[in-house]
Amino acid sequence: MAVNTNGTKNPLLIEVQDLKTYFFLHEGLVKAVDGVSFEIREGRSLGVIGESGCGKSVTAQSLMRIVPSPPGREVGGKILLHLRSKDSNVEEVVNVLELPPNSAKMRSIRGKKIGMIFQEPMTSFSPLHTIGSQIMEAVLIHEKNIDKKTARLMTIEMLARVGIPNPQRLVDAYPHQFSGGMRQRAMIAMALVCGPSLLIGDEPTTALDVTIEAQILELIKDLQEEFGMALMYISHDLAVVGQMVDEIMVMYMGMTMEYAKTDDIFDDPLHPYTVALWRSIPKVEGKLERLRPISGTLPSPYAVIPGCPFFSRCESRMKGVCDAALPPLIEAKPGHKVRCFLYGTSSAVSQGNDAAGNN
Amino acid sequence: MANTEEPLLEVRDLKKWFPISKGFFQRGVGYIKAVDGVNITVQPGETLGVVGESGSGKTTLGRCITRLYEATSGEILLRVGDRVLDVTKIKGDDLKLFRRSAQTIFQDPYSSLNPRMNILETVGEPLLVNNIAHGRELEDRVTEMILQVGLRVEHLRRFPHSFSGGQRQRIGIARALVVQPKLVVADEPVSALDVSIQAQVLNLLQELQDKFQLTYIFISHAMSVIRYVSNRIAVMYAGRLVELGDKTEVLTHPRHPYTEMLLNAVPRFSERRVIKRGVTRGEPPDLGNLPPGCVFVARCRYAKEVCKTTPPELRDLGSGTIASCHLADELELTGIRGAAV
Repeated sequence: MAVNTNGTKNPLLIEVQDLKTYFFLHEGLVKAVDGVSFEIREGRSLGVIGESGCGKSVTAQSLMRIVPSPPGREVGGKILLHLRSKDSNVEEVVNVLELPPNSAKMRSIRGKKIGMIFQEPMTSFSPLHTIGSQIMEAVLIHEKNIDKKTARLMTIEMLARVGIPNPQRLVDAYPHQFSGGMRQRAMIAMALVCGPSLLIGDEPTTALDVTIEAQILELIKDLQEEFGMALMYISHDLAVVGQMVDEIMVMYMGMTMEYAKTDDIFDDPLHPYTVALWRSIPKVEGKLERLRPISGTLPSPYAVIPGCPFFSRCESRMKGVCDAALPPLIEAKPGHKVRCFLYGTSSAVSQGNDAAGNN
Repeated sequence: MANTEEPLLEVRDLKKWFPISKGFFQRGVGYIKAVDGVNITVQPGETLGVVGESGSGKTTLGRCITRLYEATSGEILLRVGDRVLDVTKIKGDDLKLFRRSAQTIFQDPYSSLNPRMNILETVGEPLLVNNIAHGRELEDRVTEMILQVGLRVEHLRRFPHSFSGGQRQRIGIARALVVQPKLVVADEPVSALDVSIQAQVLNLLQELQDKFQLTYIFISHAMSVIRYVSNRIAVMYAGRLVELGDKTEVLTHPRHPYTEMLLNAVPRFSERRVIKRGVTRGEPPDLGNLPPGCVFVARCRYAKEVCKTTPPELRDLGSGTIASCHLADELELTGIRGAAV
């Protein structure tokens, strides 16, 4: 399946509008995701970047409706999923947030329409059942007219596709018999066996060694193209995300700070947080300059911040402006959104770029 | 790094084998050869970066050097003043002298600090057990040290749980440096930290190195971090040292096929959205059952018959690089071109 290069032609797959997922804890209210909007078109890919606690994983969990509840709850916004059956053009739009998490409809979406791979493959498999039986279970739950024998064949075929050697034998192996890289391959097989339209990877290679990571990234990218899937790739590692996706959303304290095409994020980052993040990471290429750390630390997750959440650490902060009100997410350049007063206050303003002093 | 100087540390044919035992009687059935014949010299004032994947033996090597593990065989010689300590054999007062001279900074700032000890006790403990300072003097030295690492006096009586990951790593650094060591083994000191905090700690380590003329053995799996801190780079694979050389040489002109694979696996900003097809293959070997020839043979795209049967020796290949590969002279390997400074 050819991935559309200009992107705009592919039909919408998922639209997230002003998503808010809060955690109601004894210690206070944590706004883990606080008004995030994005969309992914069929066959396209979005990367979500941010440090721990920025809300990137909770955003993904909200799409799957697997936010631990209580204490977590999606309190606002919409997640519109466009469901199309493969053989007809009938389109159904579902607001995932209106479905009870354990309803039949949601369960049919979870796993079949949206597949997910996690960071730690050991905890994602039950140690008591064979790899094969767990992948087969996914098939048998979602495809009512498939019998066990066919499911087993599908499982073996999928294991072979993700690069498990000797799948006829290893389909009956237990998770502990696999190495970390093999387990991650098996988890990818489990996520893809029902042919989802969207694959979410939540730091799927963070626990792996770099040579194994390269293999898994390549595999995910190959399968995305082969199956024509959309991909949402979550990571703290800018370099990894840069390889994998068409667009990148930078998150901080539960909010979208910047959202643009991958090239624009790397070549022309607008938000001071994105710029600071870029300067603070060591790189394998280019001039060896002294790293410039982001000053300060993340605010407490319970803190109520009236203005921009990055204010206390920002080098370009404007007192009396940025700490007074939350800057809106505006389109500073065509297709390049940023939440920062340096670029004005509304979408109409575009001359803010010169004042910002691009680095 | 002037090679005319006497080395601070010499590691000769170091081996650390962990016995594997099985069954009710815990019969020994073999060995995990975590470190298997490593030779390294470290010059005073330099940073030697040790890079490798999990299971490569880099942590075990570091732990043998600071004698957190007893080496199975081999020699570790540390120069302290005009004396040379034979690390694997020392006892008594010499061991105390060694403990003052070589210290470790650990990876995980959450599990490496005792939750029941406040910062004064944590950082002061090495002074106390090594009989260096007591009472008022101890408190003064601890205070001075925590100021050096960017903590504040009011932090002294607080406990680890009230600090962030970055601050805890600063505490770990203060604890290592308070005895004024010469050699510091930093084992993945920034891997557990968020990206924005990593830079603070890396810069702090460099400032302290300049201020106290420290020598670092910096262990990391992250090539970008290794490039940032090191003068020379040692590459380990399956318990062996496969390549050692000047930083820029190793990064731009690797001489061992494993180094090439490792460098090509690193995602690069300049080549984003280019996932290079098939740059890496296979997985590391079982350390309890290593192949008879080269340990990398199963994954090496250049392997020949000789590689399967004969283990390669580390050889000096000129331009300061040593590598253990039979084919090092004939191969033209590619590194990271943009890594040249």
